[in-house]
Amino acid sequence: MIINQLTLFWTKLFRAKLFVVACLFLFSLVSLSQAGIEVRNFSNSAQERRYHQLVDEIRCLVCQNQNLADSNSQLAQDLRNKIYDKVKANQTNQQVIDYMVERYGQFVLYNPPFDLVTSFIWIGPFILVIAAIILLVITIVSRSKATPVELSEADHTRYRKLLDNEDKNT
Amino acid sequence: MLRYLIPLAVFIILVIFLAIGLKNDPRYVPSPLIGKPAPDFSLPRLFTPSTTFGPKSLRGKVWILNAWTSDCVGCRQEHPYLLALSKNKLINLIGLDYRDSNTLAIALLKEHGNPYQVVVTDQDGSVGIDYGVYAVPETFIIDKKGIIRFKYIGPLFPDEINKTILPLIKKLNEEVG
Repeated sequence: MIINQLTLFWTKLFRAKLFVVACLFLFSLVSLSQAGIEVRNFSNSAQERRYHQLVDEIRCLVCQNQNLADSNSQLAQDLRNKIYDKVKANQTNQQVIDYMVERYGQFVLYNPPFDLVTSFIWIGPFILVIAAIILLVITIVSRSKATPVELSEADHTRYRKLLDNEDKNT
Repeated sequence: MLRYLIPLAVFIILVIFLAIGLKNDPRYVPSPLIGKPAPDFSLPRLFTPSTTFGPKSLRGKVWILNAWTSDCVGCRQEHPYLLALSKNKLINLIGLDYRDSNTLAIALLKEHGNPYQVVVTDQDGSVGIDYGVYAVPETFIIDKKGIIRFKYIGPLFPDEINKTILPLIKKLNEEVG
C-alpha cells in the first residue's frame, strides 16, 4: 500500500518535472524567435559589442516598450540595418545616437540624457527621499521634546476606578 | 483639521495629474523635425518609376507630404478626406508610398481615386527613416522655404483638416518664400 502510494507520488512528481522542463523549452524557443537578430558579420569584436549596445539602448517606436534588439517590426529591422551599416563604417556611438535622435527625438533613447527637461525625473526621487528623511527627523525630535502630560492624584484615582469597573464587566 | 486637509490636497493633485495623463496619447511622439529643413530625397514616381521626384522642385510652394501604404487601415480611413482636400487649388499633396508593393498601391489609387499630385515610392523605407516615420499614416506640412512646420500622426479627419491643416496652409501661403 505504502509502496504503491510512493510510486504514484514519484510518477506524479516526474510528470510535473517533465511538464516544467517542456514549458521551459517552449519558452526558450519563443524568446529565441522573438529576438529576431539577424546574422551579422563584424570585422572586430569591438564593433560587435557596440552594435549590440546600440540596439539594446534604442527604443522601437512601433512597439514602444521594446528596444530595437527585441522588436520584430519592420521599422526595427530597418533601423538595426542602419545601425549595422553605421557601426561597420566606424561611426561612433554618439554619431549613431545623434542620427536617431535627429529623426525620432529623445524618446528613442532608453537611457535619456541629463538635461533641463529630464533633470526632474533624475533628481526628483532623491529630493523626495531627502524630504521624507527631514520630515521624519523633525517628527522624531518634536515628539521626544514634547513633555508627557502630568496626571494629578485625582485623575489617577478616577482612571483606576474606570479600569476596575471595566474588569468587573468583562 | 490641517492634518486631514493636506492628504486630501495631495490626493487631488495626484488625481489631476493622472487625469491629464489619461488624455495623453502614448503613441504621439513629438517630432524633432519641426522647424528643420525637410530631408531631401529623389525617389521613383509610382506611376512612372523610370522618373524620379524630389522636394527641390517644390521650392517656393507650400506642400503636404503624406506617408501611406496600401495595407494600412488608417490610410484608408483618411483617403476620402484627402480626396476632398486635393480639390483645393492651394494644396500640393505629395504621397510617400512607404515600403509598399507598387502593384497594390496603383490598384488602390485606381479603385478609390488618387488624391496626390505625385506619389513617390520609398521601397526600402530610408526616406521614411529620414522623416522619422514610425506609424503610417503620417502627414507633414512643409513651407515655401522647405522647412517642416507641422506633423500629424494618424488618419486625418475633417475636424483636424478644418481646424489645423487648412488655416496653417493659408497662413504659410501668405508668408514670403
